Amino acid sequence: MLRFILTRVSLVIPTFLGITFLTFILIRLVPGDPIEVRTGERGIAPERLAELRHEMGLDRPLWHQFLDYVGNVLHGDFGLSLITHNSVLSEFLTLFPATLELALCAMLFATLVGLPAGILAAVKRGSLFDHGVMGASLTGYSMPIFWWGLLLILFFSVGLGWTPVSGRLDLVYYVEPDTGFMLIDTLKAGDYDAFRSALGHLVLPTIVLGTVPLAVVARMTRSAMLEVLGEDYIRTARAKGLADGRVIGMHALRNALIPVVTVIGLQVGTLLGGAILTETIFSWPGVGKWLIESINRRDYPALQGGVLLIATSVILVNLLVDVLYGVLNPRIRHAR
Amino acid sequence: MSAETSTNAEPAVAVSRPPHPLTEFWYHFKQNKGALGGLVVIALIALIAIFAGIVAPHDPDIQYRDAILTPPVWQEGGSWSYILGTDDIGRDMLSRLMYGARLSMMIGLIVVTLSLAVGLGLGLVAGFFGGMADVLIMRAMDILLALPSLLLAVVVAAILGPGLVNAMLAVSVVVIPHYARLTRAAVLAEVNKDYVVASRVAGAGPLRLMLIVVLPNCVAPLIVQATLGFSTAILDAAALGFLGLGAQPPTPEWGTMLASSLQFLQRAPWVVTWPGIAILVTVLAFNLLGDGLRDALDPKLKR
Repeated sequence: MLRFILTRVSLVIPTFLGITFLTFILIRLVPGDPIEVRTGERGIAPERLAELRHEMGLDRPLWHQFLDYVGNVLHGDFGLSLITHNSVLSEFLTLFPATLELALCAMLFATLVGLPAGILAAVKRGSLFDHGVMGASLTGYSMPIFWWGLLLILFFSVGLGWTPVSGRLDLVYYVEPDTGFMLIDTLKAGDYDAFRSALGHLVLPTIVLGTVPLAVVARMTRSAMLEVLGEDYIRTARAKGLADGRVIGMHALRNALIPVVTVIGLQVGTLLGGAILTETIFSWPGVGKWLIESINRRDYPALQGGVLLIATSVILVNLLVDVLYGVLNPRIRHAR
Repeated sequence: MSAETSTNAEPAVAVSRPPHPLTEFWYHFKQNKGALGGLVVIALIALIAIFAGIVAPHDPDIQYRDAILTPPVWQEGGSWSYILGTDDIGRDMLSRLMYGARLSMMIGLIVVTLSLAVGLGLGLVAGFFGGMADVLIMRAMDILLALPSLLLAVVVAAILGPGLVNAMLAVSVVVIPHYARLTRAAVLAEVNKDYVVASRVAGAGPLRLMLIVVLPNCVAPLIVQATLGFSTAILDAAALGFLGLGAQPPTPEWGTMLASSLQFLQRAPWVVTWPGIAILVTVLAFNLLGDGLRDALDPKLKR
């Protein structure tokens, strides 16, 4: 067991280094000098420019800058934002809970709707419900989510006035940030109106971000269930007279869940990528929106650090899923 | 095409000669109504794209100053000369959508060709030579895969600078690993089979082995992936356009059209609705076709 876990962990290290190298190189390829971009039309005196470049280490050779960068990253130093002069890590960590809260809600939504839908579709294979689920999930999978978000805003926020258009909380409320999760913070403060407001703000972004994972989970659950339902032990369970609910819930579902759990874990990347679009549409103050703003402001260190941090979280989650999968399923653990 | 009518009866009936692979493929493919529908829609969109200059009622860039934000024809104030309405500076929506189809099809075609070519090459080399080449290539692919695809595309597009060509390059880079992995897996499955060994013994060189002996037996999964790749390419390029990193206005790219008329969402919903529907329908059609191809080409799934 320990050996399995160590192997998996050691496989992650080169990937992490590769990502660090990739982000470093990619950002250096951006046309335009960060300092000249900041000073804009006004221009800057050459001496001052050289001074600033030296201050930021931009005048050193590329390989030296890279080694510096790796060293700093390993010490948890992701540099300073060129615009706000705050530490990139602390900016990221302030915004990350908002993204995480949204991503978790979206995952929950996708699982709570997708799993039952997929199970029912498999059990009632070929029925109208099955066709409906499959059609809906293919549509969800093909959905341009930025447009989907706009449609929902148009219908529910503008048309019916049910949900707010953007942000995380109405301006009339203020809650001291503690965990960074608005739902928890408002509850802790005992402000139930604020909690309701936060919940209302979450609904549409959750649906939008959860649409693609929902489609994937429903499809995966259906096909995994179909495969399992054809197995001999299911026939045995039925033959010995177990009720349908028990056969499906206890015997089939437990075995069908393994691939579904993997797929849910692998959706984390999709969720963090989709967060860029969802957060932009709903003005959600998370890392996705921050990244896009960093791009527009040519804030190299912020973009670099942000991408690296997001990639690291994706790698870590995938590693976790991988290890969990091995722990749950001995066949995987001993495969190699 | 006449052959398929004769196979309408029970396929189990003993036929003296096995059907041509294409006939067999078509037999399985046409049973999937969704896939057939997808094929028809794609053909339609492709025709519109090719003949956009003829079928479009207006020039996509001409601004009709007296018809700004005209609603679609069935709404009050709509007119037959602008069937789907006009946008905020009086350009005909339908014409812009038709020219947009041209762009989207081109984006799909170029992205799939580029990424398929590179991914296929990398996968062939990795699977065929193994060893160090394999490790290096597949590790690099793993690194690309570890980044969320849209994030990577956004970063690449931001670095190359906004624009349609750069957006296509960005999306191509992002999907290369899928083709490389698929090709490598298919090659590994084939490379030790008897017919490959036989050609090797007969003196075939590595290039011949790779491209003429092994490759044709690996194409089925690649065809499926390439079809699904069209939908990814169109979706991601539209997303980049929406974020301002793809095609720039006034290019009638669907995602860009959406982004540039955002502030009219409430006053004139149609300027936002149509481009989205166009993206959804196109992507859905390619996904349906891809699913159908997978079912028809994968012998394990054949009933």
